[in-house]
Amino acid sequence: MTEPCCIVIGASHAGAQLAVSLRQQGWEGRILVIGDEPFLPYNRPPLSKTFLSGEKHVDDLLIRPEAQYEKVGIEFLLGQRVVEIDRHNKTLTLSHGEIFNYDKLALTTGSRVRTLDIPGSDLRGVLYLRDINDVEQIRHFIGPDKKAVIVGGGYIGLETAAMLCKLGLAVTILEAGERILNRVTVPELSAFYTRVHNEEGVQIETDVDISGFGGQDRVQEVQCKDGHVYPADLVIIGIGVVPNTELAEAAGLVVENGIRVDAHCLTIDPDIVAAGDCTNHHNPFYQCDLRLESVQNAMDQAKVAAATLCNKAIQYNALPWFWSDQYDIKLQIAGISSGHEELVLRGEPESGRKFSVFYFRQDKMIAVDAINSPQEFMIGKQIISKGLKVDKIMLADSSVSIRDLLQ
Amino acid sequence: MPVVTYISHDGAINDVEVASGTSVMQGAVDNMIDGIVAECGGSCSCATCHVYIDDAWMDKIPAASEMEKDMLECVLEPESNSRLSCQISVTDELDGLVVKLPASQF
Ligand SMILES: Cc1cc2nc3c(=O)[nH]c(=O)nc-3n(C[C@H](O)[C@H](O)[C@H](O)COP(=O)(O)OP(=O)(O)OC[C@H]3O[C@@H](n4cnc5c(N)ncnc54)[C@H](O)[C@@H]3O)c2cc1C
Ligand code: FES
Repeated sequence: MTEPCCIVIGASHAGAQLAVSLRQQGWEGRILVIGDEPFLPYNRPPLSKTFLSGEKHVDDLLIRPEAQYEKVGIEFLLGQRVVEIDRHNKTLTLSHGEIFNYDKLALTTGSRVRTLDIPGSDLRGVLYLRDINDVEQIRHFIGPDKKAVIVGGGYIGLETAAMLCKLGLAVTILEAGERILNRVTVPELSAFYTRVHNEEGVQIETDVDISGFGGQDRVQEVQCKDGHVYPADLVIIGIGVVPNTELAEAAGLVVENGIRVDAHCLTIDPDIVAAGDCTNHHNPFYQCDLRLESVQNAMDQAKVAAATLCNKAIQYNALPWFWSDQYDIKLQIAGISSGHEELVLRGEPESGRKFSVFYFRQDKMIAVDAINSPQEFMIGKQIISKGLKVDKIMLADSSVSIRDLLQ
Repeated sequence: MPVVTYISHDGAINDVEVASGTSVMQGAVDNMIDGIVAECGGSCSCATCHVYIDDAWMDKIPAASEMEKDMLECVLEPESNSRLSCQISVTDELDGLVVKLPASQF
């Protein structure tokens, strides 16, 4: 009998962790990770942070060096795309036709950028930011006195704006909504980030309806429906991501805004797990279905999925968390704030660069946004995950140490 | 190459070579040592790379930033020799460094 083979599709945060966790959990068979990017799994968050700035290089981004995977017998097939899964015969097919058999399969296909298809969006210099190649492209258009327009005021757009500003470009953010970070946070935080970006020299325009990009062989301007024109040498579009679920859907797995997985990261097929950006799970804490886009979720789900494949039943119940670095500001978010009924501010968002926001529902803390306030983040995380009660008046009083609230 | 010794909470000892310039956290992750989770990949955002530095080495390591100190005060079971291992870069001078891993990160 040949040894059992587990194939992992997608070589990034979730795929890398899943492969390593499989070994740690005792999987003795073959492990093959297939990824369509030409690189070993790398850290994506620095792409819009220290990698864009040139501080970090490709080798610094790798989650683990090649030799370490070799040591534990994890094989990679990179630059190859899986185009079909046949669940009945337990095979999968690569784009050039090669067929692999699997005993167990893990889907860690992640997400891809949502594209904007309007006139001129194929001009040179109109780019996205999701992978190493994107950043290499962006580099061609970076230089002092150049003008960059960021389309979309989400976290990645804002981080990119901060970095390009630091690199000496004149940066404008164009947001379709009434405020930046509209989709993900409360007005207080949007106002704070607007102020900071303005202070740093980044221009932010909201309620902007873009109609197209103009230019000869490369982009020169962004055109708006109201006739407004913004000159640009570089445009970066950051309007969110869509999960890579087509493969799973075609294979007959349940897909509802992500591949549906249970508490053990198992799909409806007992031999197929999924983890990371591509999944949708029912969150026991928030009592709702969630598709998360974060490294924490990718890593934690991957560990659970690996355990499942090794017949160990652990449940995914980690508290979601996220971070974002812009200028000298570290934002740390724990929990999910949507659906909150009340918020408590600690510190002053209108001035300075340090405060936090705590979100409550039915008197229970459900999330915290901590700006340059690591203690509020750390303690908030504990309060939320343990369901502790806190005195909101003391919480709002920044002269009281946050750590005292736990006593 | 400098050698770093990682001691698990259950006493298991791992001596591994870590290239100069690499963080103590990355050395553990690269070698698949349990007990350092490093969710944020070393950006001082998660505190899941908490270690206890062996006393003999405390004064050979550059002091923690304010951000790191703040985080350390809130980890489970903080001690005076607590550090975030992603913030410590291995150098030739740190050859032989010994760190202990907290039980909470397993
Ligand atoms: C610029 C940027 C900054 C970010 N900053 C942060 C941050 O500060 N904090 C945070 O928590 N998160 C951040 N994120 C989000 C985080 O990177 C993602 O949540 C994480 O990468 C998800 O990992 P994943 O493995 O699930 O998916 P992905 O990283 O999307 O990886 C999926 C991989 O699978 C490949 N693939 C897909 N389909 C196939 C196929 N059919 N065959 C072969 N290969 C396939 C894809 O090409 C990709 O390489 C950031 C993301 C970006 C882009
Ligand atoms: S790895 Fe996250 S703080 Fe060190």
